[in-house]
Amino acid sequence: VAISAGAPKSLPLILARELGANLATPMFLIDAEGMLVFYNEAAELLIGRPFAELGEIPSLEFGETLQLAAADGTPLRRRDSPAGVAFFERRPSHQVVFITTYDGARRTVESTAYPLFGAAHDMHGVLTVFWELDATNDKR
Amino acid sequence: MQARVWGCRGSLAAPGPDTVRYGGNTSCVEVRLDSGPTLVLDAGTGMRPLGVAIDHDPVDELHILLTHLHMDHLQGLGFFRPLFRSGTDVHVWGPASPVQSLADRIALYLSPPLFPVRLSDIPAQVTFHDAPEEEVTIGSATIRAGKVTHQGPTVGYRIEENGRAFVYLPDHEPSIGVLLADEPSEWISGHDVAHDADVLFHDAQYRDDEYAQHVGWGHSCIEHVMGFAHKAAAHSVVLFHHDPYHTDDELDALLADARRRWDGAHEQVCLAHEGMMINLDADGVRFSD
Repeated sequence: VAISAGAPKSLPLILARELGANLATPMFLIDAEGMLVFYNEAAELLIGRPFAELGEIPSLEFGETLQLAAADGTPLRRRDSPAGVAFFERRPSHQVVFITTYDGARRTVESTAYPLFGAAHDMHGVLTVFWELDATNDKR
Repeated sequence: MQARVWGCRGSLAAPGPDTVRYGGNTSCVEVRLDSGPTLVLDAGTGMRPLGVAIDHDPVDELHILLTHLHMDHLQGLGFFRPLFRSGTDVHVWGPASPVQSLADRIALYLSPPLFPVRLSDIPAQVTFHDAPEEEVTIGSATIRAGKVTHQGPTVGYRIEENGRAFVYLPDHEPSIGVLLADEPSEWISGHDVAHDADVLFHDAQYRDDEYAQHVGWGHSCIEHVMGFAHKAAAHSVVLFHHDPYHTDDELDALLADARRRWDGAHEQVCLAHEGMMINLDADGVRFSD
């Protein structure tokens, strides 16, 4: 079991993780260096693998595994995903994307990501929430 | 270095017969570095008698390290005599804010109608600094601040000199909604600052049974502080920031509870009290009254 054993985390990341750990809304956290550092139990159901098993990995690797695609089915560059936009462009982002999960399932998810800025406007990472869409709940 | 407690009460000064043994003044701890400079940790009401002492025994270099700006950590500033001596150089450090400078936020208190004297009218030469999240050197000590979980921007301080580490986390709720024992160290607020401390001053505001009514208020119960001290591998723990409603006898009971949860010697866990002295040097750590 690859429980994370990285560098000390900043307070905004710690607080975001504590929030996520208490939510039934799937969420994941990327730190300021671009490492995936956490996803919650609700996210584990969609991603198909417990975080404790996966451990901290570069978000690049995480994105490759998920085989992101846009709503029209075309492959999505990671930097164009909501988390990528929030990380590289430092602004919030929201869109519908396709992911392929660790258990091989293809899912349609709606995703919102925003950067976490600290008191000195320093970047601490990105928080992304996402939820699965299906024919019955996609009312957009 | 030598530390002396001038105030260890939390939230509100609580003088009276029920608090006379541990004291009623709010947070203020003096740290005299072996290399000369004096640090003052927080500016609670305990700062008033400290100012009198410094008036009688002046110091060359004075640094006030604020953990945050709640009134119980700030109120003594307006009664600190060295600030009212022209020619005195005082450095004030405190947590950064994205909205206002440290001086502007302190001036909210040191200005009418809350206080008759404006910060700008204080005779001493006061220089303000954001709390250092990278190590700074004062005398032969290194000082580092780390943001911690409380209400609003708050830091804890780690002071190292001559191989000893003194850590001050007076207001801290190290976990909210998660079990501290299950958390990896790097995900625990304050752990990086407190790790391997020779002396850890830590928030111990609540009994465990009181905490349920105060989740998210930014303070610790005994389970928290002892769990945190264990995770941080602290060598000794000083319970600090006593609840203003806790009497001396209730604090004694709280100490007994804390010691039951400590694997080491009982004397390594104690309650802060006004007048408490702690020496940290090459020979070790010694507590005295």
